Amino acid sequence: MTDLADLTIAEAGHGLRKGDFTSVDLLDAVDRRAAVTEAHLHAFLTMDHDGARAAAEAADAALAAGNDLGPLHGIPVALKDNMCTIGVDTTASSQILAGWKPPYDATVTARLKDAGAVIVGKTNLDEFAMGSSTENSAFGTTRNPWNTDTVPGGSSGGSAAAVAVGSAFGAFGSDTGGSIRQPAALTGTVGVKPTYGLVSRYGLIAFASSLDQIGPFARTVDDAAVLLEAVAGWDRRDATSINGPVPDLRGGLEEGVAGLRVGIVTELSGDGIDPQVLAATKGIADKLSDAGAEVIEVSVPASEFALSAYYLIAPAECSANLARFDGVRYGHRTTVEGTTEDMMSHSRAEGFGPEVIRRILLGTYALSAGYYDAFYGQAQKVRTLVRNDFAAAYERADVLISPTSPTTAFKVGERAADPIAMYYSDVCTVASNLSGDPAMSVPIGLDSGGLPIGFQVMAPALGEEMMFRVAAEVERLAGFEDRASLATSDVVVPS
Amino acid sequence: MPVDIDIAKVAKLARLALSDEELAAYSTQLENILENAERVQALPTDGVEPTSHPLPMVNAFRDDVVEECLDRDSFLPSAPDTQDGQFRVPRILGE
Repeated sequence: MTDLADLTIAEAGHGLRKGDFTSVDLLDAVDRRAAVTEAHLHAFLTMDHDGARAAAEAADAALAAGNDLGPLHGIPVALKDNMCTIGVDTTASSQILAGWKPPYDATVTARLKDAGAVIVGKTNLDEFAMGSSTENSAFGTTRNPWNTDTVPGGSSGGSAAAVAVGSAFGAFGSDTGGSIRQPAALTGTVGVKPTYGLVSRYGLIAFASSLDQIGPFARTVDDAAVLLEAVAGWDRRDATSINGPVPDLRGGLEEGVAGLRVGIVTELSGDGIDPQVLAATKGIADKLSDAGAEVIEVSVPASEFALSAYYLIAPAECSANLARFDGVRYGHRTTVEGTTEDMMSHSRAEGFGPEVIRRILLGTYALSAGYYDAFYGQAQKVRTLVRNDFAAAYERADVLISPTSPTTAFKVGERAADPIAMYYSDVCTVASNLSGDPAMSVPIGLDSGGLPIGFQVMAPALGEEMMFRVAAEVERLAGFEDRASLATSDVVVPS
Repeated sequence: MPVDIDIAKVAKLARLALSDEELAAYSTQLENILENAERVQALPTDGVEPTSHPLPMVNAFRDDVVEECLDRDSFLPSAPDTQDGQFRVPRILGE
């Protein structure tokens, strides 16, 4: 008999409405899965057992009364711990926010509740979403369910691991430079960074405001579309959210790719990419061609400079955003005596971890008098070049493709001591954040070590319908059905 | 442009009380990271407008009307120190 924790959201929704099982049954199934896997993974920082149980019971009662709230009704999902949940700990994996319970819900949280979803808990991340491995969490590293010696990617590694292993049917993360797509690639899940402004950032603890975007993790492309639909759309509380129609995310899922122009990005498909990842990517490109797409090579020259520009812009914005953590209104306050400024400086130094301090210092320097034009100003001009080059590429291609991550999952500790090596993990993903365009990762296979490989589909701003259409075809062509060895509710010894 | 970082000044601007050893370590790391930025600095960008926001958006206006906001009792309890319904901090001025 199928373990309910292994169902897709579509299958679970179907069974709920047929009366085969209840939302409480689904919650029990993911709880059992988490009870077995969490000791090996540490995907969650907080599990809201009471809140989830009450939400599942309410979902069952509503459905029984004929009040169907849509495809997420009664479905257990998880949230990255940088999204505010009223009354439930929200830490951004930082000591400076340990124990903080938000007095309000993020818009994403509120919309999920309105859609009848059951929020099971808060997932681990690199502190303030700064990292590519989830090793920077102040509360312990999350492991990859495919091989617990390796990282799940980051910064949304907890959400990725939870979905990969079946301790949630779907999850949300945030993507500033690849923090949804890269962990999706490393854990064999689907991960989406929508167009900047498609999903409200209200209640998302800000890292880099002009780059941050919330998006879903799921086990299928269709499930990812359902999750994104539930939270997308204008929000008066986020002045940068797009006040316009939401793209039809599911309209093209069955359309195929015949006649579409698919561009392989030259700069992201050569040097620095693992040969097995490259071969798998090219293999899918060939299949897209066989399926009727016109596959061409497209150059996005400025993308080569995207990573360097990103590591000036993101720290600059983070240094401003994280100024609010000062020991006054919430969070950690030092016991060191002195003036208010001393209190702030010691509270911050005690509360932030090393990567966060490194980026605050870098950003403060890049914004400081005499250096602003040379660093931040120049990076913003490079950002314009990236946008222009993407615009030119989309004249020739409907979508762009590349690997999601230059390598499959790397070992815990392997890049932790070398910030620059870690930063390179984002080389294929940052350009989409700079341009604001949507991009997503779809699992396409395993490398020789049995670790998942992710395939990136990129589209122009608000081109989600086309992006999901191509991603759905990639999913069909890849036929990726493997599950992580830890994705079981039986007690196992991980590899 | 050579990288020249007055790390103590940067840490003070960032309100981070770091030890001399920490400052030295971060200074070295920042220099290494900023060396990677030299490629960006070398790019010709004369006449290129900077991008501060990825999409062409103008100001988002709303009507200037009084609305409900968070109740003070919902967030004051999570502050490190409060008095008479307000946030409390140490003295502002030094000796």
